[in-house]
Amino acid sequence: MNLTLKIWRQKGPQDKGQMVEYKVTDISEHMSFLEMMDVLNESLVAKNEVPIAFDHDCREGICGMCSLHINGEPHGPDRGITTCQLHMRTFKDGDTIYIEPWRAKAFPVIKDLIVDRMAFERIQQAGGYISVNTSGNTQDANAIPISKINADLSMDAAACIGCGACVASCKNSSAMLFVSAKVSQFALLPQGKVEAADRVKNMVAQMDLEGFGNCSNTGACEVECPKGISLENIARMNREYLKASII
Amino acid sequence: MTTLNSRVPQGPIKDKWTTYKDNINLVNPANKRNIDIIVVGTGLAGGSAAASLAELGYNVKAFAYQDSPRRAHSIAAQGGINAAKNYQNDGDSDYRLFYDTVKGGDYRSREANVHRLAEVSGAIIDQCVAQGVPFARDYGGLLDNRSFGGVLVSRTFYAKGQTGQQLLLGCYSAMNRQIARGKIEMFNRHEMLDVVKIDGKARGIIARDLVSGEIERHSAHAVVIATGGYGNVYFLSTNAMGSNATAAWKIHKKGAYFANPCFTQIHPTCIPRSGDYQSKLTLMSESLRNDGRIWVPAKIEDAKSIQKGNLKPTQIAEEDRDYYLERRYPAFGNLVPRDVASRAAKERCDAGYGVNATGEAVYLDFAAAIFRYGSEQAKIKGMDNASKEEIIKLGEAVIEEKYGNLFQMYEKIVDDNPYKTPMMIYPATHYTMGGVWVDYNLMTTVEGLYCIGEANFSDHGANRLGASALMQGLADGYFVLPYTIGDYLANDIRTGKIATDSPEFDAAEKEIKDKLAFFINNKGTHSVDYFHKKLGLVMWNKVGMARNEKHLKEAIKEIQEIREDFWKNVKVPGDLNELNPELEKAGRVADFLELGELFAKDALERNESCGGHFREEYITEDGEAKRDDENYAYVAAWEYTGKPSEAILHKEELEFKDIELKTRSYK
Repeated sequence: MNLTLKIWRQKGPQDKGQMVEYKVTDISEHMSFLEMMDVLNESLVAKNEVPIAFDHDCREGICGMCSLHINGEPHGPDRGITTCQLHMRTFKDGDTIYIEPWRAKAFPVIKDLIVDRMAFERIQQAGGYISVNTSGNTQDANAIPISKINADLSMDAAACIGCGACVASCKNSSAMLFVSAKVSQFALLPQGKVEAADRVKNMVAQMDLEGFGNCSNTGACEVECPKGISLENIARMNREYLKASII
Repeated sequence: MTTLNSRVPQGPIKDKWTTYKDNINLVNPANKRNIDIIVVGTGLAGGSAAASLAELGYNVKAFAYQDSPRRAHSIAAQGGINAAKNYQNDGDSDYRLFYDTVKGGDYRSREANVHRLAEVSGAIIDQCVAQGVPFARDYGGLLDNRSFGGVLVSRTFYAKGQTGQQLLLGCYSAMNRQIARGKIEMFNRHEMLDVVKIDGKARGIIARDLVSGEIERHSAHAVVIATGGYGNVYFLSTNAMGSNATAAWKIHKKGAYFANPCFTQIHPTCIPRSGDYQSKLTLMSESLRNDGRIWVPAKIEDAKSIQKGNLKPTQIAEEDRDYYLERRYPAFGNLVPRDVASRAAKERCDAGYGVNATGEAVYLDFAAAIFRYGSEQAKIKGMDNASKEEIIKLGEAVIEEKYGNLFQMYEKIVDDNPYKTPMMIYPATHYTMGGVWVDYNLMTTVEGLYCIGEANFSDHGANRLGASALMQGLADGYFVLPYTIGDYLANDIRTGKIATDSPEFDAAEKEIKDKLAFFINNKGTHSVDYFHKKLGLVMWNKVGMARNEKHLKEAIKEIQEIREDFWKNVKVPGDLNELNPELEKAGRVADFLELGELFAKDALERNESCGGHFREEYITEDGEAKRDDENYAYVAAWEYTGKPSEAILHKEELEFKDIELKTRSYK
């Protein structure tokens, strides 16, 4: 198929940036979206132009490196997948596709479609861990039984890949879904309870400091999340936060 | 010339590690504060090492080319992690895990290292649970296990189909705690481009800030390389796009021997290639072989019709199907080790029985499992007169619960419903058992330079068993390196800060800057990928699943030609001082073009078939791999002397005192 692409080009953080139009031809429907981008970049190199910079790595939907706002949706029109898993059969011959970076104050553009997600790192460093040193003598893994329900809910929250689609989809650029996933994972496990109060307070404080917006419960983040992280996590984080504030 | 000394402690194998730990030198806590360690790579091995070393009190500098340590390719491991916990009471023990790993590795690994791995395996699970890793549990709240290829017990712990992700997030969280305390200085979007040696010891690295393009000098008392395997030498593999061998290859060129490069694992269950634009291959977890049956048509005319698209797999009668793994290996059936399963698939496809348009695919069929589970469910639900459709519906629900995410992934990529029609799979490069040679302390042949995880060679011999890579990465990082590195650093407590304005740093930096400038100024005719794809094709066709002398010699010559062409005609757009992915790739491919040749040379030199290394000249009468323990029970450690073709071979003879050398049989 033949497509028209309108892609955001921006040389660096200080550059203003603009949409630039490209044409690609003979695109196979079996290609992944990023393979289509590879084809475009190869043609740009052949013409001595600078290829389009975009983040990607594992190309199997788990590393969280790839981003891209495609036709106004994070990770494109398909559900439950990342951009690298999106295939060209989702599009039709003759389509025009708009490709932009994540848009959020806390995610400044580095170049073209690549944004700086260090804000997520700093939030995790503020409390996204259990304070346990490496030790050959921790208690046996089966010493504390954990109900299957809580273990599974914890796993569902832990499935977050930290890509930032929740922020990109939110009209407030809120990071609540991301932060609540980590808070929930630990709050649901006995090992995480000891530090639960400090964790939620510190992570939320850092989130606010980074300039993410507030949650107004529109639920776009849950719809666009490639890993199906549930809004219930935000409710759980709010309960944890309230609990921590009262104690 | 460096001599090879594996430094394996004396004494009975089960006491070696304990006795050794009791007697090595320690660094007192106050002195640890004066010692710097560089860790390159932040996957399971590097991440766990960085966190553990920082907890001990060392000053750690960690480097990752991604924007976060959480994105290292360990994250893509699906199936699980082995540990000899014996929670299932099925007869597991440290010895059995040790035995299975040595046997699975086709007797080409170092016994003492493997036993230590088995000994610390249980502590890994304890540690991960304490960190909040949400492993799968049963209804009683205790940890659940599954079974993997090549073993007869259930010792694999898992977190849905995302075990690697959860384990990596565990050590990432441990790292974050140390980053917050200032004990780890994290360098995201940085790539190591060389190691710096002073007086024969590793004392620092040269790294490039991938955002600004700036070349930086970093010094330390010891350097740890944890940068994973070199599977991308094939261009197409299940590795991440950025996975590369540059750090490992650069230290090889500075004196670290490279061991057994020809031991590479081709994983049997990957989604087949669909076209020339293909950028990578996707793995389907080995756990699918618990329930999927692998087959090709028994009649060649059926195979031809399928390849032309005139026949569907569901139209082929049961008696016209060849379940070749069950036929050839009745004891292990579809759960034979990876190398055996991959070769068997290639054998059928080479004989013309492959099932997609390219003839390079076999079926992985769940119809039998769906019917079996469905019948069981119908019985449980008391549906005595259930129709076939009802049974299938019930069975599909069971399969969905077990493998739903994998089936969804397959459907998204291939656009075919694997519940209704068999999956198509084909082998793909997945893991490299070979790597940088290390002694018992995980130190390379360069003093103060360590190598851990997939990047080293030590534990998996010629073939790795499923769910053992995660175990090895975490064992090295959490429980081995933190002890052994102290023994070396105990002599460095009075050294003080290492300066970066020395002639050695000047020289290393100049070399890197010149090479990068060459790429930008060359103005050649072909992109980096053009050369990488050419190399990959030679590697796959001539140094792939089956190798022979003629092809290997041709491959060496062809790789040399591609390399020559690359240095004349490569084109890298953009600038030095900016984010430039083409420039990053150019450096990596330059190193693959050298590594590929050594790989072929190593394969040519090893005149036997073992594990992932299959030489067509060395086979038994029934077509199985024929090992030669008399002449090849050694580790081939290569010393760099200026060109891959002139590398010097050093042999570490392997001694098997605790396990009898036997022909591996899965029949």
